[in-house]
Amino acid sequence: MIINHPLLGPRDAAEFVYLGDAALIDRPDWQAAEAAEAFHAYGYLRDNPAGAHQELWYHEQGDRSWLVVTRDTVSHEITQVELARDVARARGRSR
Amino acid sequence: MSQVNRIKGGLIDPATEITFTFNGKAMQGHPGDTLASALLANGQRLVGRSFKYHRPRGIFTAGSEEPNALVELRKGATQEPNTRATVTELFDGLEARSQNHRGSLEFDLMAVTDLLSPFLSAGFYYKTFMWPRAFWEKLYEPAIRASAGLGRLSMEEDPDRYDKGYLHCDLLVIGAGPAGLMAARTAARAGARVILADEDFVMGGRLNAETLEVDGKPGSDWAVGVVAELAAMANVRLMPRSTVYGAYDHGVYGVLERCTDHLATSGGKPRQVLWRVYARHAVLAAGATERPVAFGNNDRPGVMLAGAVRAYANRWGVAPGRRVAVFTNNDDGWRTAADLVAKGIEVPAVIDTRDAPAVCDVPGARHVRGAAVMDTRGRKGLRQITLTDGQMIDADCLAVSGGWNPNLHLTCHQRGRPEWRDDLAAFVPGRELPPGMVVAGAANGAMTLAAALREGCAVAETLGYADKSDLPRAEDEPRDCAPVWHVPQSRARAWLDLQNDVTVKDVKQAHQEGFRAVEHLKRYTTLGMATDQGKTANIPALAIMAECTGRTIPETGTTIFRPPYTPVPIGALAGRARGRAFRPYRLTPSHRWAEAHGATFVEVGNWLRAQWFARDGEQGWRDSVDREVLMTRGSVGICDVTTLGKIDIQGRDAGEFLNRVYCNGFATLAVGKVRYGLMLREDGIAYDDGTTARMGENHYVMTTTTANAVTVFRRLEFARQCLWPDLDVHLISTTDGWAQFAVAGPNARKLLRKVVDTEHDLSNEAFPFMGCGEVTVCGGMPARLFRISFSGELAYEVAVPARFGNAMMGVLMEAGREFDAVPYGTEALGVMRIEKGHAAGNELNGQTTAHNLGMGRMVSRKKDCIGNVLSQRPEMLRDDAVKLVGLRPVDRATGLISGSHFIGQGDAATMENDQGWMSSVAYSPSLEHSIGLGFLKRGDARMGEILRAVSPVHGREMEVEVVSAHFIDPDGERLRG
Repeated sequence: MIINHPLLGPRDAAEFVYLGDAALIDRPDWQAAEAAEAFHAYGYLRDNPAGAHQELWYHEQGDRSWLVVTRDTVSHEITQVELARDVARARGRSR
Repeated sequence: MSQVNRIKGGLIDPATEITFTFNGKAMQGHPGDTLASALLANGQRLVGRSFKYHRPRGIFTAGSEEPNALVELRKGATQEPNTRATVTELFDGLEARSQNHRGSLEFDLMAVTDLLSPFLSAGFYYKTFMWPRAFWEKLYEPAIRASAGLGRLSMEEDPDRYDKGYLHCDLLVIGAGPAGLMAARTAARAGARVILADEDFVMGGRLNAETLEVDGKPGSDWAVGVVAELAAMANVRLMPRSTVYGAYDHGVYGVLERCTDHLATSGGKPRQVLWRVYARHAVLAAGATERPVAFGNNDRPGVMLAGAVRAYANRWGVAPGRRVAVFTNNDDGWRTAADLVAKGIEVPAVIDTRDAPAVCDVPGARHVRGAAVMDTRGRKGLRQITLTDGQMIDADCLAVSGGWNPNLHLTCHQRGRPEWRDDLAAFVPGRELPPGMVVAGAANGAMTLAAALREGCAVAETLGYADKSDLPRAEDEPRDCAPVWHVPQSRARAWLDLQNDVTVKDVKQAHQEGFRAVEHLKRYTTLGMATDQGKTANIPALAIMAECTGRTIPETGTTIFRPPYTPVPIGALAGRARGRAFRPYRLTPSHRWAEAHGATFVEVGNWLRAQWFARDGEQGWRDSVDREVLMTRGSVGICDVTTLGKIDIQGRDAGEFLNRVYCNGFATLAVGKVRYGLMLREDGIAYDDGTTARMGENHYVMTTTTANAVTVFRRLEFARQCLWPDLDVHLISTTDGWAQFAVAGPNARKLLRKVVDTEHDLSNEAFPFMGCGEVTVCGGMPARLFRISFSGELAYEVAVPARFGNAMMGVLMEAGREFDAVPYGTEALGVMRIEKGHAAGNELNGQTTAHNLGMGRMVSRKKDCIGNVLSQRPEMLRDDAVKLVGLRPVDRATGLISGSHFIGQGDAATMENDQGWMSSVAYSPSLEHSIGLGFLKRGDARMGEILRAVSPVHGREMEVEVVSAHFIDPDGERLRG
């Protein structure tokens, strides 16, 4: 597979390490009332879609960016690649 | 009697004679021959024995689809089994041997299996060898494996080298037949970067095997011209002897190039190269493969595919027989008859299943209309055929054509499903192709020469590579086909899959027994397995299953093709990654010093670390390790600890970041201080530990364990970029940047005093335990000094730029000479950490929590950190959870066993009574007995209790006493001294 890195252009997937569902960005609030349940869901529960899937890839043999790659799990077509930092900010993760 | 079947013509060099051997017998051939064409030229029809029944078998095809003619090549370490003679390029001195027989090829002792065939039908093994179960491994399987099977491995290391490479192009053309050559030429003339790959050693595909003309000259001449034009273009790379074996995601193709297989020796060059080709577009122009018709005893040597028969005559100047009968269900079979007669070979009859007029004139041949071959005779080679109308015809070769199947394999590598075309009676590529791929020529169902040339040109134009020149002139030869898959009148066994000995009856039986889905059929009968993957067998078998079920062929299904198209040697897949180069390894900065001072090395992750330093007179490793421990604790020892991960952390929020990744607090760590830190996984399990030093206001240096150096860094980057993107913090791995040495023992300070420049105060007051700072050593060289201790002694770690590491080891040892300083390795390091009760990899094993490790109170509840919430789950904080304890044998002379489980006195050694386990053991030279660390239920409250440590693996048990994990200096007086 080839991942079109937003900063470095197309790179072979062999340069990357795969983590999984980009929902891992959405780490729950540790002080929320149902924090234990929320962290359980965060840690253990995943969707397994046949189709578009947002997932985290780490450019370990490159610039060490974490990327959010939107990949079709059936065809492996990659429709979008973003810096995970930008995605995290857009999802409201700040300090 | 050499080359009795050699005739005139062909693309060989008859002036040059080369010698090879088959089963030890010398034979002659010419450059341009394959092993198969040379064997046929020498009259060698019998070339092997079949997989299951040990039936005599001959050459069946002229290409990579060959199911029968598998041979062993070369000898000694370079011996290679299961090589297809049909694609083996002949060279002087080639040694080839037939396979799968006991005794000689002619009198195979295992041929008796064939007599047992009524008992050996599909599923026989599954049904017969079920009981008694114990017999399977000891008796049945070894016996079956010995009687069935293919070639033998040399069991020696392959002396050849293999390589890997990467190529990029606009257009990858797969197959250099008429369609491929046209596509490549059109795109190349338009300026595209083109790679043209073909599995054959002569480009041109079927043009080389046919008498068809292009632009008024022989097709093979036209091909030579196009190849020459392409070879002269800078934007074209020609890759003969290169099989495109797989189509992968995003335009990545796997290509195996056989660089020196056609030479006697590889001469130091890579024998094969596995290319990864990145192609914007690809044209699949892989042609078509002929399929047989199944009839009685159709597996005898001399029964061959019709297209192969004329390929041997036209391309290699070989007559596969003296009298060649032709059996066909289509027009193309007639071309074989016509070509053979033109070459002066007798064709006694053309048997056409269609009741139709002759397709062309074949002088001397009887045309038998609407009939079929139903049986053959000739024990080790064909002598006679019997037709359905009862006629018997003498022939030593029978050319069979059941029509042609497009080679669409690569179109299926990404789930594409073929579609059936009734007019061709064949599957063609479906609409869903791998992105960027187009198909042209026979592979796409364009079965005539003119159509192939036209499509080759057209697909290149569709991809945007237009060329103004005219299409070459060629004919649309007749290609009508009336499908016939097997001859029902046959009473003898009719073979479908020659490689796996699967017959028409086996398929019918599979149907009867309910194995009707194609995938079940394949697994039940083994149809389509092994080296040829059923290239000639799958479609006829599918057709027979369709007949049995009363469905059409497309309704019955098709097997999905997966990579590789043809076998890829493991050596090529491994490339250079074998032996010592299997994975990279790393040397510590003081490696050369250690080598020169008697170190024995051990692999730790990718590192080679000194395990111990043996001295003259020491009887074994324990002598060395005990000495290193005692001398370190008695005076001072030095150990290279560079392999621990080092991460430089800077930024205004660096402290806050540490607070969130360690479970214990870091907000209060003062500049010039070091703190132990424990990291958890998000699920609350302990993950890694180490120390972090605050070197400046916004500057920290973290250490990790050696094993987790890479993954901790990865997780920290995840936390930094994905969880807290706006913290001002930056990370860089400096593991390789600094050489770091532990200097441990009561004389550590005195030793360092001689190395660290005098302006730096090392007194206990100025540089106390858990202090750190930037210093200079050896008269001005920058260094970092940390007062931390893994051994429990007064100890420091001193870091210098990595390039000075080897010299620094020497400097430290020289300065320590007056104290009898010793270098120590990982074993002594391990002994001392167990004596001190420090957790390491055996304790941080992915099952234990801070609570288990006795560090539960370290998990701060005042702040968030990774793993905080889930570490507080009630089940993980149970009172009866296992706790880290020390253990010693009641009988001090006994050695503890790591991995033992703790069982109460008088309890049975069962899972129910399991109270924990021994995680680490060592002989403590300081205490002069064995000691251990372990996890025991409520262990912290059971000091002094006597338990049994049971090791079922070793069949041993012993009494142990629960003690504090701190065997040495429990109050820490030494390290603070």
